[in-house]
Amino acid sequence: MSAVIADVPKTVVKRRSHPAAHGEARFGFAMIALSVLFVAVFTAIPIVASLGLSFFSWDVISSPQYVGLKNYQQLFNDGPVLKSFGVTLGMALAIVVLQLTIGLALAVLVNQRKLVWVRTLFRTAFYLPLLASTAAVSIFMGYLFDYKFGVVNYYLGVLGIPNVAWLTSGFGAASTIVLIAVWQQVGFTFVLFVASLMSVPTDVLEAAQIDGAGPLRTLFRIKVPLISPTILFAAVVALINAMQLFDQPYIMTKGGPGSATTTVTIQMYQKGFQNLQFGYGSAIAIVLLAAILVITGLQFLAARKLVFYQ
Amino acid sequence: MSHSTTTLARIGRIAGIMVLVVAAMVALGPLLWTVTTSLRTPAEAFGNPPQWLPLHPDFSNYSAVFDRIPIGRFFVNSVLVTGLIVAGQTVTCTLSGYAFAMISFPGRSVIFGIFLATMMVPLQTIIIPVFVIIRYLGLSDSPLSLVVSALGSAFGTFLMRQYFMQMPRELGEAARIDGAGHFQTFLMIYAKMAGPAIATLAILNFSGFWAEFYRPLIFLQSQDSFTLPLGLVGLQGNLGTGSISVVLAGVVLAILPSVVLFVFAQRYFIAGITAGASR
Repeated sequence: MSAVIADVPKTVVKRRSHPAAHGEARFGFAMIALSVLFVAVFTAIPIVASLGLSFFSWDVISSPQYVGLKNYQQLFNDGPVLKSFGVTLGMALAIVVLQLTIGLALAVLVNQRKLVWVRTLFRTAFYLPLLASTAAVSIFMGYLFDYKFGVVNYYLGVLGIPNVAWLTSGFGAASTIVLIAVWQQVGFTFVLFVASLMSVPTDVLEAAQIDGAGPLRTLFRIKVPLISPTILFAAVVALINAMQLFDQPYIMTKGGPGSATTTVTIQMYQKGFQNLQFGYGSAIAIVLLAAILVITGLQFLAARKLVFYQ
Repeated sequence: MSHSTTTLARIGRIAGIMVLVVAAMVALGPLLWTVTTSLRTPAEAFGNPPQWLPLHPDFSNYSAVFDRIPIGRFFVNSVLVTGLIVAGQTVTCTLSGYAFAMISFPGRSVIFGIFLATMMVPLQTIIIPVFVIIRYLGLSDSPLSLVVSALGSAFGTFLMRQYFMQMPRELGEAARIDGAGHFQTFLMIYAKMAGPAIATLAILNFSGFWAEFYRPLIFLQSQDSFTLPLGLVGLQGNLGTGSISVVLAGVVLAILPSVVLFVFAQRYFIAGITAGASR
């Protein structure tokens, strides 16, 4: 062991002085140059720029004015913006919980050994909504959930249920958008969970069966703990996505009725790109990023107790 | 006892299958309705009960889409934008993924760490500075703005790196001994072996950028530069409530390429999702 450690500096020195190593390093830099250029200009620098811009007042036309923390003070006194954070958080939590529960339930059902032959069929069915653009989905779902002419209310009517104000009442609109987001995204968690469940060793499941564990017990005591890292990953990705909810409420309800579906990203779009308050818009973006980081951090903390790594 | 358990298990399994079938109907129903309604004559467009089987398909809505809006133009823009991003990222991500996996150079892990960190940052956080940069580059209102700002990808680099990491180094060493240069070794041996990973990246990028709405909404102003999703939302607004079937015909045309691709290349879509999970 000590011999290995003593060896390290020597090799480093040797490699640095070696012309071939020089060539290799130069080649390495050349290979990453394009990616570094584009990621730096269009991702890394904009992160820093966004933070910087949030301390300025700027309408793009005149020159930016340094205003210190004024944008943040404004934000924390701006009722509609604060409300949009509440709306976003509420809808995001609902989306994540439903998406994970339904995705897991469907994955467990499809993963029964006797169903292997139809697995691809169901996978295709649940994946297809994911392929449609959120713009396209928002358009046809708008018709389906229409109060007067919509198919959904038509079938409810057949069952004797009076028309539901899916998109024209505050709670209804938020719930409908949640349902539509879940409808579209559930295939993602489903595919992830099916792949993960297939990696659960069969001998463990057989042992449980011999010990007399029923299907529910096997599910919650064995399968769920074994795939918990995948569940954590799915929860983190789904939450980061859901916190950015924009297309569906923007297209279907324009954030309404009232401000019931005005998400943070809609507020940011209006302040930044419609009112040309680039500094204030950046401040909202930074607080959104901070919120996402905090929630993701909390997820990982919670996972320390719940996630089981083999 | 054992008899009743098997009966119970059988009932459970049948109930499970029924739940799956209902879920599949819920997943596919809205899509099927969209297709069949796009085939209704304008007169029956509003009619309920919904028509689930296109018994008397009327394709006039599809030609109507082309008459009413420049959907051909949107299509060309979408093909151009998506095609260039797919091609561009294939090059940038394959090069950098290979370098991060196979070549040692100073600062490698730090730079790669920064790449990974940018993957966590939502698009909304960076969109204002990116919009400003696009303006400075003189690309405002050009579909090319969507391309240029998407040519680098931390996720794509990560995906390619994961794939190259599994490849044996001995192959390259053998080629080097035979006198091949660095780049020649990469191109003739490793890039050729990376076909499946490149396909995964290209297909994920295609379906992702084909469906994109947020960046086009912000970057593009004039109808001539619109991509399909943006154009369709505009179409819906312009036509009001008059011609659902025409709007839906446009929606079907916009979704179709991704669906066709999925039917032929399912495993690459799935590989992309599961590769993301194993970071």
